[in-house]
Amino acid sequence: MLSARHQTGLVLFPAFDWAIEATHPEREERLLYTRDQICEEGLLDLEGVREYRPEPVSEADVQRVHFCLPGVDAVAGESHRIAAGGALTLASAWHAGEIERGFALVRPPGHHAQRVMHGGRGFCAINNEAIMIEALRQRHGIRRVAIIDTDCHHGDGTQDIYWHDPDVLFISIHQDGRTLYPGTGFMDEQGGPNAVGATVNIPLPPRTSDAGYLEIARDTVLPILEDFEPELVINSAGQDNHFADPLTDMDFSARGYAELTRLLAPDLAVLEGGYSIESALPYINMGILLAMTGLESDHVVEPYRRPSGGVQPEEITETVRRIGARTRAAWAKRAQRQAQLHAVSDECAHRTREIYYDTIDVFEQQHEAVRLCRHCGGALRIATRIGDGPQTLAVHVPLYACDDCRRTALRWFEQAPDEGFTAAFLQDRPADRYLMR
Amino acid sequence: MIIGLDVGGTHADIVLLGPDGVRARAKVDTDPDDLGVTLLEALDRVLHATEPSAVRRVVLSTTLTTNAVVGAGLAPVGMLVCAGPGVDPELYRTGEHYAVVQGAIDHRGREITPLDPAQIDACAERFAAAGIRYVGVVGKFSTRNPSHELGIAECIAERFERVFTGHRVSGQLNFPRRIATTHLAASVYPLHRNFYEAIAEALRTRGVSAPVHLLKADGGTLSLAASLDTPAETVLSGPAASVMGAIPVAPADEDVVVLDIGGTTTEIALLSGGSPLLEPLGITIGNTRTLIRALLSRSIGVGGDSEVRGVEGKISIGPRRLGAPLARGGPALTPTDALIALGESERGDPAVAAAGVAELAAALGCEPEMAARAVIDHACRRIMAAIDALVDKVNGAHVDTIHELLDGHRIRPARILVLGGPAESLAPHLARRSQLPVDLVPDSGVANAIGAAMARPTDALSLIADTEQGWVSCSGSDRQWRCDRGYRREQALEQARALLFERLGPEAGTPELEVVEDLEFNIVRGFSTVGRNIRLTLQVKPGLLEPFTPQHIRSMAC
Repeated sequence: MLSARHQTGLVLFPAFDWAIEATHPEREERLLYTRDQICEEGLLDLEGVREYRPEPVSEADVQRVHFCLPGVDAVAGESHRIAAGGALTLASAWHAGEIERGFALVRPPGHHAQRVMHGGRGFCAINNEAIMIEALRQRHGIRRVAIIDTDCHHGDGTQDIYWHDPDVLFISIHQDGRTLYPGTGFMDEQGGPNAVGATVNIPLPPRTSDAGYLEIARDTVLPILEDFEPELVINSAGQDNHFADPLTDMDFSARGYAELTRLLAPDLAVLEGGYSIESALPYINMGILLAMTGLESDHVVEPYRRPSGGVQPEEITETVRRIGARTRAAWAKRAQRQAQLHAVSDECAHRTREIYYDTIDVFEQQHEAVRLCRHCGGALRIATRIGDGPQTLAVHVPLYACDDCRRTALRWFEQAPDEGFTAAFLQDRPADRYLMR
Repeated sequence: MIIGLDVGGTHADIVLLGPDGVRARAKVDTDPDDLGVTLLEALDRVLHATEPSAVRRVVLSTTLTTNAVVGAGLAPVGMLVCAGPGVDPELYRTGEHYAVVQGAIDHRGREITPLDPAQIDACAERFAAAGIRYVGVVGKFSTRNPSHELGIAECIAERFERVFTGHRVSGQLNFPRRIATTHLAASVYPLHRNFYEAIAEALRTRGVSAPVHLLKADGGTLSLAASLDTPAETVLSGPAASVMGAIPVAPADEDVVVLDIGGTTTEIALLSGGSPLLEPLGITIGNTRTLIRALLSRSIGVGGDSEVRGVEGKISIGPRRLGAPLARGGPALTPTDALIALGESERGDPAVAAAGVAELAAALGCEPEMAARAVIDHACRRIMAAIDALVDKVNGAHVDTIHELLDGHRIRPARILVLGGPAESLAPHLARRSQLPVDLVPDSGVANAIGAAMARPTDALSLIADTEQGWVSCSGSDRQWRCDRGYRREQALEQARALLFERLGPEAGTPELEVVEDLEFNIVRGFSTVGRNIRLTLQVKPGLLEPFTPQHIRSMAC
């Protein structure tokens, strides 16, 4: 009987009874042919592959990460809680030592879900990876985590959640934001003032092929990972870089995905986007799963013509190389740049943003302030409103907050009514509590 | 009158079942080399109670094919396999005569790569030259479109005695299991055909002309004639007979555990709503995973005759059986000896049992009575742990929808039914350990033969329609037919139902069909719907033949 070389856990939850809309890319049969292919290949029978049934996450699990406004039930349905639960189920099995690696083949995706959520955006409602990571950190004291987001769209939600966290390295490899939703993820987005360099954006030009992806992974991502020394490596495994994907313009293949997975060797992979449900997903998922188990995937080849023939144009190769070199240079100087920022000021850093929710078609206005801190991620406050609706205050105390930051954050929360906020929420991570006033 | 026969490796149980209950029963020794002789002897022990012409049904269950599979001695088989993208098909090699040929079908049943007749011909020639007479033909996704398997089979049919195709074995997706199952069917075929002839001959000799059925691994029956097309289905029907025998005493509104405690092993199965649960895909024989529909069961190496040892101050039981218990002249201490030493079983020499237990007690450093109790306790604990593991496994099984995940039925056993040799003595001990009521299956010695006699025919059928491509195909059949864009689930259900009843035959009546898969998806191109993908799986669950409702059986017993 065929055996996996690495004990691998799998959650395969296709949610056949859930869609955003009937012909939306995020619809019932998105994982149908993937499930068919995995079942037909007998991958669940492999010795060393264990399937887990997802346990839905609790409201507390969601609130450890998100401020869902007005409440969790208004933002996330059962499908979302099960998808996040699929990731967490595997993470728990991983931590318990039952599996060496895990792959959560779940939908809906989550990487566009930010810390504050007023509804769905980018097909996402809650962040599957962040909910998984924060539950693991809370329960098992894991601190340093690396997330490599290989979805073709910039993982702006995950970036937002970890923007100020120096203990979480977030690397996003995606199609250049000038050419694709959500239009962010440029190289100069490198993390907040207390976590400079812990966010790494690698925007690749359209038509990047296997050669480009694998070179970036080998020469840029792996050395950064090695420097960072994470206790846990997560792959947000979006599958929309594929040449057959209808929403994007990249030229990546199923075998390329398998090779990328082999290189990154994530402890846990969580499915994100990928909408070529017949032509790409069955083959990519097979490739990723085989790579996770340590089996060969040479025969995982799309059964139709690849327009580029798999050849990457010279100018793309050069652009990718340049992006890699700049990324490595910025990484090398991260400590120096953070010191410069802190030398200028020791108060709060501010940013104001407008965030579009495509699923519900509204704009959110955000004003964010973080306390500059040399000891932790910093007390964080976000004033948020939809259009010209009432102002809500969201206050976050990081899990590893220093005493000063925690005191500051608690004061912000206390004083919210005086500042004219109609509602205020507190995410007090050291006490693992979520309060509202 | 119905005759139920369960032919095991060492002995055969037979019952003659009349409308008022068991008319005659017997146990005879099995001649493993001559099934015919065993059958004749068994028949003679019960036919005195009736006219042979009054027998209207014969059901036979046997582990002899299983023993042959496990002990090799099967015919060499040639396998022709076509695959397409995925795991290297070479990894599923079944033996020397295994060839991967060109040809591929994708997940929607579309041809990716055509067959190469010249290549197929060359492989067939090689097989024939090597003296191969039975061939299996398996394609990836052949359940979605059997045309490649049929094409290959047609190409090579006249060179071989019998060709088996993969899409006939099951509607389930699983290429490696399809290969293994088709290979198994082809390799047991000649042995099975000999059985077929021996059974037919034995019954003819004794003047029994009733239709003959074989018990399958799923606890249902299959007519002897039809079994020649699917010879692998009747492999490993042993545990099924006992489980079917327990149904009459299982309350239909409870989840029930059935324990068949034998000499070497204990088999565990689950009943829900009066029907046994089935393996999600198929049975595993030795190391071979198959698509053969089977009762969900687990076997643990703890039985009445299991070897008991004291290892480093701890008790260890099984998985070996060295022979009979000490108290009956065997070579090693067994749980049965512990029961005899405690005075809870009388079938053996208590002095010998006590001596064996005393030796164990010395090794453990405790009193003999305590040692004997510890042995029983250990055996019960192992059995209970295996039950819990099986229930957890069932409740953690794969689901595809939010509805199933949140609202699906969870198995919560409310009762344990035990049968088999040591069952009666062990029942009170199991009851103490488990909090659940533990009941003994009446007539426990021949419950297996009774179970076989009462079992009804079962079958399953998967239908898949792809209205964009305009075809419908269904498992177990070579036929595909066209459908238009307006084809709907209701039509599919009607067609699937009709086909399944046709396949079950008139004797089965119209048993309740269970829809186990019911999915319908839009096929979307761009942002518009261009067709539907409809998938249905219907089955007749294993159960008792119509006159034998549990109430009926209970009243017969009174």
